[in-house]
Amino acid sequence: MTEKKMVSLTIEGRPVSVPEGMSILEAAKMAGVLVPHYCYHPGLPVAGVCRMCLVDVEKMPKLAPACATSVAEGQVVHVHTPKVLEARKGVLEFLLINHPLDCPICDQAGECELQDYTFAEGRADSRYREPKRFNPVEDFGGDVLYVPNRCILCTRCVRFMSEVAQDPVLNVSERGDRAFIGKAEGHDLTDPWAGNVVDLCPVGALLSKDFLNKARAWELDRAPTICTGCSQGCNAVAETRDNVVVRIRPRPNDQVNQYFLCDTGRMGYREFNRRDRLEQPLVQAGHALEVTDWAGAIAAASRALAGRRLTTLVSPNLSNEALFLVNRLCAVAEGQGLFRVTMGSVAPLPGAHDLALRAERAANATGARLLGFSDTANLADTVQLGDALLIVGDNLDGIDPTVFDRADAIVYIGTALPDVLSARVQVALPVTNTLEEDGTLTNLRGRVQRYFQAKAAPGVARPTWYVLADLLTACGGAGAYYTAPEVFAALTAAHAPFAALRYESLGLTGGCITQAGAADTHAGAGQ
Amino acid sequence: MSHGPSASGGAIVAAPPTDAHHDVPYEPVFVGTARAELDTILSRYPTKQAALLPALWMIQDARGWISPAAMEEVASVLAITPAYVKGVVSFYTMYHQHPVGRHFIQVCTTTPCNVCGAEDVVKAFLEHTGCADLGLTSADGRFTVIEVECLGACGFATPVMINNAFVDAVTPDAVPRIVSELA
Amino acid sequence: MGYPHPSHPRETPVLSRYFGDPGARTLDGWRQRGGYEALQQALATDPQELQTIVKDSGLRGRGGAGFPTGMKWSFMKPDGKTHYLCCNADESEPGTFKDREIMRWTPHGLVEGVALAAHAIYAETAYIYIRGEFTEPYAYVTRAVEDAYAAGILGANAMGSGRRVDVHVHRGAGAYICGEETALMNSLEGRRGNPRIKPPFPAVAGLFGKPTTINNVETLTTVPYIIKNGADWYKQFGRPDNPKSIGTKLFSVCGNISRPGNYEVALGFPMGEFLNELCGGPLPGREIKAVIPGGSSVPILTREEAEAAIMDYEGMVAAGTMLGSGGVIVFDDRQDMVRQIARLTRFYAHESCAQCSQCREGTAWTTRIMERIRDGEGTAEDLDTLLAIAENMSGKTICVLSDSCATPVVSGLRKFRHEFEARIAANRSMVTVPGASRAPAA
Repeated sequence: MTEKKMVSLTIEGRPVSVPEGMSILEAAKMAGVLVPHYCYHPGLPVAGVCRMCLVDVEKMPKLAPACATSVAEGQVVHVHTPKVLEARKGVLEFLLINHPLDCPICDQAGECELQDYTFAEGRADSRYREPKRFNPVEDFGGDVLYVPNRCILCTRCVRFMSEVAQDPVLNVSERGDRAFIGKAEGHDLTDPWAGNVVDLCPVGALLSKDFLNKARAWELDRAPTICTGCSQGCNAVAETRDNVVVRIRPRPNDQVNQYFLCDTGRMGYREFNRRDRLEQPLVQAGHALEVTDWAGAIAAASRALAGRRLTTLVSPNLSNEALFLVNRLCAVAEGQGLFRVTMGSVAPLPGAHDLALRAERAANATGARLLGFSDTANLADTVQLGDALLIVGDNLDGIDPTVFDRADAIVYIGTALPDVLSARVQVALPVTNTLEEDGTLTNLRGRVQRYFQAKAAPGVARPTWYVLADLLTACGGAGAYYTAPEVFAALTAAHAPFAALRYESLGLTGGCITQAGAADTHAGAGQ
Repeated sequence: MSHGPSASGGAIVAAPPTDAHHDVPYEPVFVGTARAELDTILSRYPTKQAALLPALWMIQDARGWISPAAMEEVASVLAITPAYVKGVVSFYTMYHQHPVGRHFIQVCTTTPCNVCGAEDVVKAFLEHTGCADLGLTSADGRFTVIEVECLGACGFATPVMINNAFVDAVTPDAVPRIVSELA
Repeated sequence: MGYPHPSHPRETPVLSRYFGDPGARTLDGWRQRGGYEALQQALATDPQELQTIVKDSGLRGRGGAGFPTGMKWSFMKPDGKTHYLCCNADESEPGTFKDREIMRWTPHGLVEGVALAAHAIYAETAYIYIRGEFTEPYAYVTRAVEDAYAAGILGANAMGSGRRVDVHVHRGAGAYICGEETALMNSLEGRRGNPRIKPPFPAVAGLFGKPTTINNVETLTTVPYIIKNGADWYKQFGRPDNPKSIGTKLFSVCGNISRPGNYEVALGFPMGEFLNELCGGPLPGREIKAVIPGGSSVPILTREEAEAAIMDYEGMVAAGTMLGSGGVIVFDDRQDMVRQIARLTRFYAHESCAQCSQCREGTAWTTRIMERIRDGEGTAEDLDTLLAIAENMSGKTICVLSDSCATPVVSGLRKFRHEFEARIAANRSMVTVPGASRAPAA
């Protein structure tokens, strides 16, 4: 690989050395200087139209757009001189003349770059005395509403759809101050990645119908997470209000999803708000399930599993930590592990490298395979008369119930007890869902990524790995783990592909396993 | 070809020249000789998209305006999207996104003509064509009058463009004759 | 010559010599007048040498910016890449109508210049982009291109030279901004006519991403004369004390003037004599009040300033304005400058491509204020606001349309402020809310 030539320059008095060809705006970021901007987005081609990022480059006759001006050796760049501030104030005033000051009813308020920069640097008043332009709200189809009055014509949405989604269904229509974002009649924003235009919009012009009027930005709690919609492992932020997830948005990761998240991923959050949760440990007593405490439940579960051939069925959405501990249980009981993956159609994002909604609609099938689970064996063929069956996370949809009658003992660990098991299960243990715990997942390229707790679990539900650790101990194994990182450390010690990874150093963007061949065998159709 | 007032009862909206009614299936423009002409045009450019403006002119010459269905057609012929086509059509003021009168009258009123009395010429055209206002089509579907920005014939104030023909140095007095000569 | 008027003895008709002469329009007629001799000669000449001759001649771009043509051509090297030549025939600067006449009367003169320039910049393909409203020039130029192909002047073996020169005519569809060179290229590529950010400059990545030279109609039509007669011949035109402005220039004169039309004079011509002798001065009984000397985008001059100005690139700068496209708009004492400046800003608001914030919003805002003042509802603070907006609109956008809208406002306010103030003083309303001053029906 050829090293790029480095260029040294000074931005706001801070010396910085960056690769040749980088824009001043990106270089400023590296120097810790934010150049205010609207149309620029690192995931989109440069447009240079909002003119908000004008900076003063010494020896240049005019202010230069930082997004569209490359760094040069010895350049001296000023971002906050009176001249530059005046130019930005001018842009803000222009953008606001036709912008309704409807922040109190605008979904974007609190996370609006027009609001933020106006507050920071704009004029206190407007000199605009004329009537404002008015255009009605338009339903763009899909999940997107367009509020043209708030639009600042930055064209991020148009560029995303044409260059990244490569489905040019949006345009700039008309000219001058009559211009607006348009689409053709009968061609809606139904692209599987269209929801990104809502995130990309720096103002409240493109809104999610799903999120509309649900919450104010400042009421939300946010936690980094990983989308569990497919094996891509898109980095995301889970946003909750009063312990209810209201929105999932992409979190940048150049190696995985750049800045984007597909609509399937966005809409997947409802699963984490399910109300039919298992909240207490339950044990079978006669012909009914009775609530018990954790100690009793774990003991009952270990008794149920003891002395029987063990078959486990796990969800491929479980964390690496949980899968590792199930694997340990199998080792202690000489059992075997199975998992099932739901498959769907592939939806690539053509303008982004190696990014698609993958066929495998599960976040950790790769981890499951690496940790010894099989998705080729069939549960019905595997379970024999008299077996113990441990089910972790699988919802059992589509499984012939007679298979459960063959098992002598069934222990269920999950977030909601499937109806089919209510009369058959010996013990049911309530656990957290992905947004209620910490852990790691392995995506289809073998990238191990952390997710963080975003909300509280219902009842006395505990993280899956925690419950499994207790069960492992009760079954005679070594399960004295008290945090997810401890489990991960044990995992890395036991499984070579993970050996080089450390929980803490995974950071927010993850790290890759060292074994080749981790690729999702089912994703061949995707890329 | 009928140019009568539309059946919708609208007093000032003329029947569009051809693809007038939504229930009439769209007849493609680019068939036969028109397709061959487009192929010739395409041979002049390294990209298909570059033929968009010429193709839109062909549509407008054939149909009098560029309907959404026509945008669909040109999009499919040039391998672009209807939204893209619409963005382009709406950028260029000479493309009609709506049906216009049989005689589309554009009077230049930009400064050089304005100082020579162009606004009086506009008034005369409105009066003698029976168009209720700028941009509206006369009840008989014959005329649409608009003010246009600089036609590039400033030394011949006031230039008027009627469909594709230029009339130089029009004065208000000349307007009745000009209008009467338009069928 | 001052078509439609007879040539004035003080004119120097080179390009305009055959204006009004239908015989020059045909291929045969053009050949009889010495046409295509320069092209024949040029096709046998090394492009580098043609670039040098044009550089030596001192010819500068006649579209408005005045960039030295030979230098522009010299950016095009024999690098084996596909090159394109664009001819900017989108003449749309209010007040300018010279290219229209060149194309109407001497279409072969343009085709010859285009073919010659294509060869000189190592291009095999040239596009002539004609604004959509120019139906008559479009018809004549298209016919000329067809005839030139039929005669073997254009095509795979242009004039038997063994060189390929293709010329295609492309029609615009109504957008002033397509006269901006990068907007023109976008338009030619079937896009919205949005100006592009520079760099990259057209010579590096222009039309279809390839190295491209773009020249104005007048510039390209001049070139064959230079090739035929030599750089030294061309250098005779101009004032002796200013070697930076060489050649003849077509000036389009319009507005309140006795003899509007096109006049071709050597650069360095005194504007006072130009207006009063060649163009016949103001209409009977009127006085000239103001002149915009280079198309609507350049600063307005008062009559006194205009009459003292020298008509070349430097002379106009010295007068506080620009030569621009050579479109001379004359306002007489009947004209209300507030009204006319409002009309100009409306033009720019109509034509803004909508890309840059300052232009999209600023042109419309400026227009609304100007029209409010025009309608007698202005306030004193509006004038400060206009100047502040103008400042925020200037020098900050991708192209200069925004600046062009600010220019008449700033220069108009500087030179005719009393007219603005009189309008505002007539505003009987004591409140500043727009619309509130409309008195109820008495």
